[in-house]
Amino acid sequence: MEHMGVEPGRLQFSWISSAESTKFVTVATQVTEAVRALGPNRRFMQPPLAEVA
Amino acid sequence: MTSTTAILREIAARLLSSGAVEMVIGFRPGTIPMMNEPCFVRTPAEVGHLVWDSHCGINLANYLTDRKEKIGIVAKGCDSRNIVTHILENKIRREQLVVIGVPCRGMVDKRKIAMKCPGEITRVSETASAITAEGEGFSRTFEKADVLQHNCSLCIHRNPVIYDELAGDLVEEQQGVDRYADVRAVEAMTPEQRWKYFEDLLAPCIRCYACRNACPLCYCPTCFVDESRPQWVGKGQDPVDVRTFHFLRAYHCAGRCTDCGACERACPVGINMRLFTKKLEKDCLELFGWEAGLSLEARPALDQYRPNDPNDFIR
Repeated sequence: MEHMGVEPGRLQFSWISSAESTKFVTVATQVTEAVRALGPNRRFMQPPLAEVA
Repeated sequence: MTSTTAILREIAARLLSSGAVEMVIGFRPGTIPMMNEPCFVRTPAEVGHLVWDSHCGINLANYLTDRKEKIGIVAKGCDSRNIVTHILENKIRREQLVVIGVPCRGMVDKRKIAMKCPGEITRVSETASAITAEGEGFSRTFEKADVLQHNCSLCIHRNPVIYDELAGDLVEEQQGVDRYADVRAVEAMTPEQRWKYFEDLLAPCIRCYACRNACPLCYCPTCFVDESRPQWVGKGQDPVDVRTFHFLRAYHCAGRCTDCGACERACPVGINMRLFTKKLEKDCLELFGWEAGLSLEARPALDQYRPNDPNDFIR
C-alpha cells in the first residue's frame, strides 16, 4: 500500500490476543493518534453516492 | 525455419506417435506478424504448425490448469518456473507432463518495433541477433538486444528449471543484471509522488482484464473482479476501482510471479503493471530469499513459517 502512495502509518498491523485487553487499548489509542496526525484520508476515496447523483 | 523449430517438431512428433503424450502445447504463427499464438497439437501430422522464434512471449503454463491428459509443453525459462508453481499449487501433476525445455534468448517487444517503423509491418524475419521488419515501402533492421521485452532484458533464468527434453543448447545466463532499478526509483519517491505516479500509470486502463487472462497465476474459477455477491470492487472506470483491481491482482501474485511479462505483453494500452508485481518480487527476495518457481522441493514464501521471518511491521 505504501509503495503506491498510501502514507506510511495509515495502515497498521497488530496481533492482539482476546486476553490482552490493555494491549488492545494501547494499540487502538496509538493508531488513532497516528492516523489523526496524518489528517483525513484523500486517497482510495470515492464520493458518496448521494453526491454523484 | 530455425533449428529450434525443427528440433521442437521432431520431439513433438516422437512424443505423440509413441503415445507418451496426448497433446503438445506450443506456438504457431499468428495471423499478423510478431503475434505467435498458442497451439495444441494432438497428432503427429500436425507438428508442422509448431514454430519457435522471438515472438513466443505468451506464457504457456496458463494452458495447463486442471488438465487431465498427458501433455508435452514447450517451456522457456519463465514458463518452466510457472509450471513448477502450477505443480506446487496442485493445478497439474508432474507425472502428466513432458516438459520440452527451450533455452531462451529473450522475446521481442512488438511495440518497440512498431514504434520505430513508419507503417504497418507485414513481414518479420530474424537472425540470431537481429530482427528485420518490412512493410509497404520500408524495411528496418534492429539489434534484437535493443527491442527485447523489458522483463526479458532483465531475465536471469533463461534456461528452463525443469525439463525432460531440450530443444537446443543451454544458454549462458545474464550476469550482474540490476533487476529492480525501476522499483527503487518508485521507492525513492514521496508518498504524494508515488500516488501520482501510479495514477498516471493506470490512467489508460480500460479494465479489459487481458493482463489477468494472460497470467498463468490467475486461474480462480471466479475472479474477485467478476464476483457480484459480494461485489469486492466496482466494475467501472473509477480510478479507485481501477487501482483496487491492479493492486489486488498484483497481491494475488505475491511470491508466485516469475516476471514472465505476459501481463504487460497482453495489455492493449501498454501499461507496465509489472511495477506492482516486481515490488512484491523484490520484497520476497530481500525479506525471504525467495524466487518463485525455481524448485519443486521448496515451499513458497507465503506457504511456510520460519521463526526468523521479518515481523517488524506488527506492533
